[in-house]
Amino acid sequence: MIMKYLEPSKNFSILYNAQKYVLFLFIVVLSIGLTEALILSPEDYKQSHSVRIMYVHVPAAWISIAIFSLIAFLSIGIFVFKNKKISLIAKSLAPSGFVFNIIALVTGSIWGKPTWGTWWAWDARITSMLILALFYFMYLLSWRIFENKEKAIRITSIIAILGAINVPIIKFSVDWWSTLHQNSSVNILSKTTIDTSMLIPLVIMTAAFALFSLLIFLMKYNTELIKIKNKGLDRL
Amino acid sequence: MINELISMNGYGAYVWSAFSFTLISFVSLYLAIKLQLVKEQKRFSFKFGLLSAQKVRVAKKQNINKEILVNNLNSQI
Repeated sequence: MIMKYLEPSKNFSILYNAQKYVLFLFIVVLSIGLTEALILSPEDYKQSHSVRIMYVHVPAAWISIAIFSLIAFLSIGIFVFKNKKISLIAKSLAPSGFVFNIIALVTGSIWGKPTWGTWWAWDARITSMLILALFYFMYLLSWRIFENKEKAIRITSIIAILGAINVPIIKFSVDWWSTLHQNSSVNILSKTTIDTSMLIPLVIMTAAFALFSLLIFLMKYNTELIKIKNKGLDRL
Repeated sequence: MINELISMNGYGAYVWSAFSFTLISFVSLYLAIKLQLVKEQKRFSFKFGLLSAQKVRVAKKQNINKEILVNNLNSQI
């Protein structure tokens, strides 16, 4: 049943046309998010205006981790269901996940200077995020260097599954080790300690970033579909 | 008001550089993927144009081929 919906030829037009609506929605949500983050939200009593970096740093980190987890989950699916179409989805998710990972690292470094007095520290959270970026890099590189498709699917899936071990380490690094990085302020299962005036812009910016990754996914997925069809024309 | 927004109590350089880096990354990634998409669409149209009448009939039996051509035409308009 699910596999039927993964059939690329069945939904190309829908996915292609969805791009422009997602782009429009992304621009609207991002504009609201930027206004909230840069103008309307209050400054922090300790960190002053530097706290505004949180509105790009935190959503970027959340989404890069979420995308990698999804890629790992789909990679398990590739081995379980022996379905190569799933690899097309996983491959299309990776570019935005990698860019969000880089954004999280760079903006975290920029935030670290006024807050901790240093651009970089080999602290557990930051180091595990850097390791995630390396896994993303290896994943994307493997798709480029292995020309044999079967081999590329197998190797990228293994990289994603191995990299998923790092995901809980990122999440719990601040609890397991003594780190410069602060503990989570936003929690699903326990009490959220962030004030609503800061939570609202954070949620809006997260929604904007999620829309952007959806847009990039759609564009990349359609590109991959056309690539396959290009090869199909050669075989006619 | 504007000066306050730019300087942000001395933190402006940090805040604006973080937001600028994010937005530049977004635009760069969007353009890179868009270029790939347009390139593949053009390649498809070019290859399709080189097919013989019989092969065109075979290719058009697959809906997705027609949709790629239609969408390529729409994006050029």
